[in-house]
Amino acid sequence: MRIVVCVKYVPDATGDRRFADDTTTDRDAVDGLLSELDEYGVEQALRIAEASGDAEVTVLTVGPDDARDALKKALSMGADKGVHVNDDDIHGSDVIATSAIIAKALEQTGYDLVVCGMASTDGTMGVLPALLAERLGVPQVTLLSEVSVEAGVVKGRRDGDAATELVEASLPAVVSVTDQSGEARYPSFKGIMAAKKKPVAELDLDDLGLEADEVGLAGAWTAVETVTERPARTAGTIVKDEGEGGKQLATFLAEQKFI
Amino acid sequence: MAEILVLVDHADGVVRKPALELLTLARRIGEPSAVVLGAGPAAAEIAAKVAEFGAAKVYVADAAEFADYLVVPKVDALTQIAKAADAAAVLVTSSGEGKEIAARVALRLGSGIITDAVDLEAGDGGPVATQSVFAASFQVKSKVSHGAPVITVKPNAVGPEAAPAAGAVENVTVGFTGNAAKVTSRTARVSSGRPELTEAAIVVSGGRGVGAADGFGVVEELADSLGAAVGASRAAVDAGWYPHSNQVGQTGKQVSPQLYVAAGISGAIQHRAGMQTSKTIVAINKDAEAPIFELVDYGVVGDLFQVLPQLTAEVKARKG
Ligand SMILES: Cc1cc2nc3c(=O)[nH]c(=O)nc-3n(C[C@H](O)[C@H](O)[C@H](O)COP(=O)(O)OP(=O)(O)OC[C@H]3O[C@@H](n4cnc5c(N)ncnc54)[C@H](O)[C@@H]3O)c2cc1C
Ligand SMILES: Cc1cc2nc3c(=O)[nH]c(=O)nc-3n(C[C@H](O)[C@H](O)[C@H](O)COP(=O)(O)OP(=O)(O)OC[C@H]3O[C@@H](n4cnc5c(N)ncnc54)[C@H](O)[C@@H]3O)c2cc1C
Repeated sequence: MRIVVCVKYVPDATGDRRFADDTTTDRDAVDGLLSELDEYGVEQALRIAEASGDAEVTVLTVGPDDARDALKKALSMGADKGVHVNDDDIHGSDVIATSAIIAKALEQTGYDLVVCGMASTDGTMGVLPALLAERLGVPQVTLLSEVSVEAGVVKGRRDGDAATELVEASLPAVVSVTDQSGEARYPSFKGIMAAKKKPVAELDLDDLGLEADEVGLAGAWTAVETVTERPARTAGTIVKDEGEGGKQLATFLAEQKFI
Repeated sequence: MAEILVLVDHADGVVRKPALELLTLARRIGEPSAVVLGAGPAAAEIAAKVAEFGAAKVYVADAAEFADYLVVPKVDALTQIAKAADAAAVLVTSSGEGKEIAARVALRLGSGIITDAVDLEAGDGGPVATQSVFAASFQVKSKVSHGAPVITVKPNAVGPEAAPAAGAVENVTVGFTGNAAKVTSRTARVSSGRPELTEAAIVVSGGRGVGAADGFGVVEELADSLGAAVGASRAAVDAGWYPHSNQVGQTGKQVSPQLYVAAGISGAIQHRAGMQTSKTIVAINKDAEAPIFELVDYGVVGDLFQVLPQLTAEVKARKG
């Protein structure tokens, strides 16, 4: 079974994230890392591979030079090889363009199962897996809090707003997993050493047969008009509870007309 | 006038409030038409409700496929209707499923997509959406520059306003495309009887500081005295004290109520991402240094097991 995990390299959410002058994410201001929510994708892919006994796990990222770090982390967790799609013209791509790039890359690597995270921690759209399924013409089995593959069928549990659903589809398919799917493993020392020798293929737009104007800021179907930093919330009143804290809070809530 | 399609989110035969909010926003950019999928016999009642809130037309489609397969049948229906109506824009509620439907519809229509808008206005070159990004530390205004805009909007972006319209029902037969995952079982979430988390005007949330599942009793009692929904931090959910469906934050629900009460929650960036746009924020935490206090309009440094019951009693007394 050929499993490909899509992982994104993102600015650290605990850092001071900003936008660059061209309104794209400023990747210099804050250190980047493998999106924490994609660790869950890597974890489930590894578990499915271990259960199958006959699977190869490839990790795929679209991103700048530094995005190699995200692949390295996933390889040190136990993935077998990496694919890095890197091209200056990709800078500023929207989600429609990003899905076109990843779909082309997946057609080249080949796949039976594509595994994604539930959402990136920077764009947080949570739609890329659905777009990949649409482009590849395979079922989407997404937002799963439990997943397994048996006899060429992927099954999972999807906890929606109104109901919990059990869903299934025959491979090939695109899966996304939530942070409820099971804690991701830490890379072992052995894993970190082994990752250094694992192959990472580099692809650019030419390799994928995509034109520069189909992607990047030039090819985007959405346009950012303005970016404004939200003013810090003005400091509120803070009281120490000396036995009357609940009553003081009630007075505040009454003043604000909540009671 | 430009026809704006609104996908109507409904559950148990009842329109959910965010759908009425979408209709209200749609009126700013054109004439709203509602799309009601898989509602069965409830469709007539839903059509009447959306007409009250401004739907000039109501497209109704019903088929077993909507319940039996994931996402794709709704994509088939919405795309077909958008093409036939030559829709000027498509609005969908920002939920996990809503965003997935919207994205695939956008791709099929050759349109750009904007997700998680918190506001929508008419602009010179089409609708302008406001997003609140990077855990609500920036506001971004953007628009779709290619194709009919497809935009998903978060609940509570606007208050629903009634505006009676014709609500002419048009029944649609959908051609389904397949390639979808099968839904083999569905268990409806048991209602707590409290307001929906994303729709509630007031949310009271508990975190690790609540200490145990039982500890949520004081949180629920305060919530009930205020008519509020109950939320939880991921730490409380991971500990098994409260269901994941109540989690507030980046990987839970994103709420934007009039009042958010955080009890025993430290205020990690991922929690803030789900509540920072609340109008008024109140926190109770025994650690004066907890980052949540940077956000609050009113904070009490103290033990939540002292403060919450006193507050609840006071709320009840004042409400009589
Ligand atoms: C704050 C912000 C807001 C944005 N808003 C919009 C918008 O409204 N419309 C729009 O078209 N674009 C938008 N973008 C751009 C968009 O985020 C990028 O195009 C991105 O590449 C895909 O979207 P996502 O990160 O939200 O992915 P999601 O859909 O959230 O990602 C889901 C999963 O897809 C996989 N994945 C995502 N990106 C990659 C990658 N580069 N390489 C490998 N796997 C990946 C991962 O498995 C991930 O867990 C926004 C970006 C930012 C930073
Ligand atoms: C990718 C990712 C996604 C995440 N998504 C989410 C998410 O969606 N939602 C979310 O909430 N978190 C999320 N997190 C986790 C987040 O980083 C924090 O770990 C979490 O929010 C902490 O929850 P907490 O505030 O309840 O617990 P803690 O940080 O442990 O804080 C508990 C607080 O309770 C106070 N306290 C203790 N006892 C009392 C008492 N008796 N009275 C009053 N105060 C008391 C303490 O002083 C402390 O400030 C995510 C993390 C990651 C990495």
